[in-house]
Amino acid sequence: MANLNAGNGKSGAILVVGGGIAGVTCAIEAAEAGFEAVLVEKAAYLGGHVAAFHRYFPKLCPPPCGLEINFRRIRNNPRVTVYTLAEIESLKGSPGNYEAVIRIAPRFVTSACTLCGECERVCPVEIPDAFNSGMTKTKAIRLPHRMAFPAQYVVERSACPEGCRLCADACRYNAIGLAQQETWKTLRVASVVLATGWEPYDAAKIDNLGFGQFSNVVTNVMLERLAAPDGPTRGKILRPSDGKPPRAVAFVQCAGSRDRNHLPYCSGVCCTASLKQAAYIRSQYPEAKITMFYIDLRTPGQLEEFAAKTIAANGVELIKGKVGKVQEQPGSRDLLVSAEDVLKGRKIAREYDLVVLAVGIVPQTGGLPAGVNLDEFGFAADGNPGVYAAGCVKRPAEVAVSIRDATGAALKAIECVAGRAHHG
Amino acid sequence: MDKKLGVYICGGCSIGESIDVDRLAELARKDAKAAVCRTHACLCGEEGVAQIQADLASGAVNAVAIAACSPRAKMERFNFGARQLVERINLREQVAWSHKPNDEDTQMLAEDCLRMGVARLEKMEPPEPLAESISRTILVVGGGVAGINAALEGAEAGYDVLLVEKEARLGGFLGELKKTFPTHAPYTQAENNGLAEKVRAVSAHPRVRVFWSTQVVKTEGQPGMFDVTLQNHHGSETHRVGSIVMATGWKPYDRSKLTLPGCDLPDVVTNVELERMAAAGPVTRPSDGKVVNSALFVQCAGSRDPAHLGYCSSVCCMSTLKEAEILRDQNPDIEIFVIYRDMVTPGQYETYYQSVQDHALNFFMKGMVTGLERDANGKVVAHVDGSLMGSPMRVPVDLVVLATGMAANSADNDGIRALRDARRTLERNESETQRTEAEKVIRQLEDREGTEILHLGYRQGPDLPILQSGFPNSHFICFPYETQRTGIYAAGAVRAPMDSQLAAEDACGAMMKAIQSVEMAAQGQAVHPRAGDLSYPNFALQRCTQCKRCTVECPFGAIDEDEKGTPRFNPYRCRRCGICMGACPERIISFKNYSVDMIAGMVKAIEVPDEFADKPRILIFACENDAYPALDQAGMNRASYDASVRVIPLRCLGSMNIVWIADALSRGIDGVLLLGCKFGEDYQCHFIRGSELANRRLENVKDTLERLQLESGRIELVQLGIDEGDRIPHLIDDFVARVRELGPNPYKGF
Repeated sequence: MANLNAGNGKSGAILVVGGGIAGVTCAIEAAEAGFEAVLVEKAAYLGGHVAAFHRYFPKLCPPPCGLEINFRRIRNNPRVTVYTLAEIESLKGSPGNYEAVIRIAPRFVTSACTLCGECERVCPVEIPDAFNSGMTKTKAIRLPHRMAFPAQYVVERSACPEGCRLCADACRYNAIGLAQQETWKTLRVASVVLATGWEPYDAAKIDNLGFGQFSNVVTNVMLERLAAPDGPTRGKILRPSDGKPPRAVAFVQCAGSRDRNHLPYCSGVCCTASLKQAAYIRSQYPEAKITMFYIDLRTPGQLEEFAAKTIAANGVELIKGKVGKVQEQPGSRDLLVSAEDVLKGRKIAREYDLVVLAVGIVPQTGGLPAGVNLDEFGFAADGNPGVYAAGCVKRPAEVAVSIRDATGAALKAIECVAGRAHHG
Repeated sequence: MDKKLGVYICGGCSIGESIDVDRLAELARKDAKAAVCRTHACLCGEEGVAQIQADLASGAVNAVAIAACSPRAKMERFNFGARQLVERINLREQVAWSHKPNDEDTQMLAEDCLRMGVARLEKMEPPEPLAESISRTILVVGGGVAGINAALEGAEAGYDVLLVEKEARLGGFLGELKKTFPTHAPYTQAENNGLAEKVRAVSAHPRVRVFWSTQVVKTEGQPGMFDVTLQNHHGSETHRVGSIVMATGWKPYDRSKLTLPGCDLPDVVTNVELERMAAAGPVTRPSDGKVVNSALFVQCAGSRDPAHLGYCSSVCCMSTLKEAEILRDQNPDIEIFVIYRDMVTPGQYETYYQSVQDHALNFFMKGMVTGLERDANGKVVAHVDGSLMGSPMRVPVDLVVLATGMAANSADNDGIRALRDARRTLERNESETQRTEAEKVIRQLEDREGTEILHLGYRQGPDLPILQSGFPNSHFICFPYETQRTGIYAAGAVRAPMDSQLAAEDACGAMMKAIQSVEMAAQGQAVHPRAGDLSYPNFALQRCTQCKRCTVECPFGAIDEDEKGTPRFNPYRCRRCGICMGACPERIISFKNYSVDMIAGMVKAIEVPDEFADKPRILIFACENDAYPALDQAGMNRASYDASVRVIPLRCLGSMNIVWIADALSRGIDGVLLLGCKFGEDYQCHFIRGSELANRRLENVKDTLERLQLESGRIELVQLGIDEGDRIPHLIDDFVARVRELGPNPYKGF
């Protein structure tokens, strides 16, 4: 644990729960202002969902570009302590004086790991690669993804064959410890920022849209991986059923969102995300037909400029209406999309060879300490002094807004730091 | 400083199986005259690191070259303190992992890498941090919801705040509202405006000094030591502050600019006018004071329209819902029509839309209002096209509300600067053509006169540079608070259209950055993106020719000019990108640990085989933030590419000085490839336009090349994203092939 009394005469650390883009931002912004920050992430790497995104809207720029800078800031800053594979077990106390217990799962690989890759070559076991939404396999010992930070392998121990030590024997740097055990750490912190983020809504729950039944129905989260150069298709967007280039693609907006049977709220980002993905498809297949079935096109602020430009440049056909049903055509495995065209006042049914469900954002509040207020939709609400929520756990938000929110939460959190310097 | 060089060569991660490490060590000892040279099978292991530490502690070495993995790997392991000179030589990702093992060309590459690294280290000096006295007081300009929250939260964090408001009261637009739309669960009802409480708190806070009816009239200096002159009816006084939050808010889009026929009828009001009417008492028809029994809202009045506001103002749909609720509160039987393009009620706000939509007398229709006119009964008739009802419709109502959007209260920095420059040209009595040109500029930009807000005393203009939309230019995705003026952060609706809830939160973020900026200045450290960097450029002004390239090209306005045009550098404004260093034709700008001379030394260190050897040499200048990681990525994927390339990382491609290209070509290097970030509207350069400036400089180089009778194809700039490591092999091999076709550089051996 880093020295909590270092830096600018301030004492007490802030605890940031969740190492996605909001948590990373919150921790480093506080640390660069001279405050201690402890960042706790449950995955083996920082960056959360954005690490798996192909591009950000509206600039269509690669997320690793900003992550690279942020990770460099963290590595150069002695005031940030990072725990990966870690979760909060309990939190007690009051603003300025909390005691947090974190549980750290074993990584089975130490910081001596050099990423040489020998272990991966000899590992005999393949498991579904969660980073690619399970669309590919990876070895049980693996680097979670190629730009992963910390740059350290990790073992999915439950997949290891009994007694197998091939990786440990292959490692020349003595970096593999297959006997590592779970550990616990008690931290004294002044305040807590909850930045646990979101998960995509489980598309299989939306029976009528065919996800999980028809292989050419994918989610927007999967499409990010299909478009990424380090994804399952090396960046080539292909139909899952036969690996063919899609010729007609339907985006189904509000797949689960704005729906009292699923998520009653609007997930805020899916409209712009689908337009971004339409641009991915058209950049690979200039002839592809793209239709977006939507209720309202919500591209607030300057995103409107991106939306207008993208719709025009990519010939996106917009149909106002909620999709009622997606069915698979036997043989071709093409998909029949039935919807109501509200503006024309009629029902339509069209064939597509790829359907992308714009699934929404579900706040991640499982495992949060007791006493955190949630609103009726499950988002973390205000009203806990000393404990602040930031990013998508608080409301559905695009990356830039989450970052703004996380920077602001850093300020709230440092206000609780005891013995802070008073400047004249 | 007298250098005692330690060269440490790692043989691990298959470096030793690919390169003759002993030959490298011999080179280090003999040619590079290393005081100490050691090899280790795993340099990053405890033993390897301990050995380096021991050599440093004993004084045997004071400058360390680590020939091992990429500088991006094992950063923490090879960190020997901020002031310790360390050079990382990338033998793993960019040599052993990306080239044929035990091959002559691979070995030559490794040896050149070692020579280049040592050359760099030889010219490197430890930076001497800036250490001026820094003010930690923070100025907040604008006392609306964003400014009030910024001031209050900054004060609560222990910082003194000056809050300046041009009106006689705090609160801004939000302060005028009767009610706000719901910002808390269950999001179904308008809320009472809670701002008055915050106004009281900020006014009474011992750490906040509020200046009412006051304006900023001058801001001189730099972060940590801005001298801000404030003026009000008592006179003016100057305060020293460390950083600035600009929270000047928004203004409603000017309804007189709207082109909707009939929008100037008496019973057509804007949403802002309606709010003011509602705050004053029951809303009645402006023309006759009668009860409003029906109202129609025209959404996107000016917004989402490139002829007016190209963006969506984000708040108008929610405001309309709330205004509908206010009208219904005073008249439960009122019929309300909302003509929208898309109802934008994202997130939890959706619930509010549904609850207002559920009312039987509220009618929401997608469509466009094409005109308004007054009928014989005194009603306003709205013509609605493309509605859900199919054919065009006429809707007669008592009152029409235009949901006008938000325009930023910002200043056109570049326009004002151009206007001032043109005025100066006229004063100076320049040539006839210059005068005509200047007069034209003045005619175009005259209305910018007196629109300054911050009144910065910067060569590059008085305010934050803005985008066409009027919002400040920034890296608005990953680093949304970054502006082109260090230590000045925009917050709230001046930065992007947003509602009061988001503005209050945004204010916290901007204040956080303002606090961070003063704290880092106090340590002599650079802020984002080279956070913590202690180096800064020095100017050897005796050799300056007043060409002004540095003062014009600095993306952050760090360099002013005196009357003669000599640069006046403000180090605390500097972001340490080195763009000034790249711009300077006289090569008078250098950092202690990054200079024209240093990179030239690296270029000189490359061994160039003669023209009969059939071994071309290609120099790559790579942006260290994006292109360099992409090169590493190619190595991590074990993707092989031509071994004739020699890579020099640059802080930013904009720091590339064209003298290096001339040096390289005159030494017989056959081609130069520049790898930088995407530029243009969607630029990805962390320093705004470094790669774009490098590209512009390249245009000049190409003319020179043609004079030297060298083919311009020997130099190329490629825009490469950090995730495009897969492009590297093709990109490099194709360039090498093209250069090979041109034949060897005829200057070899000269």
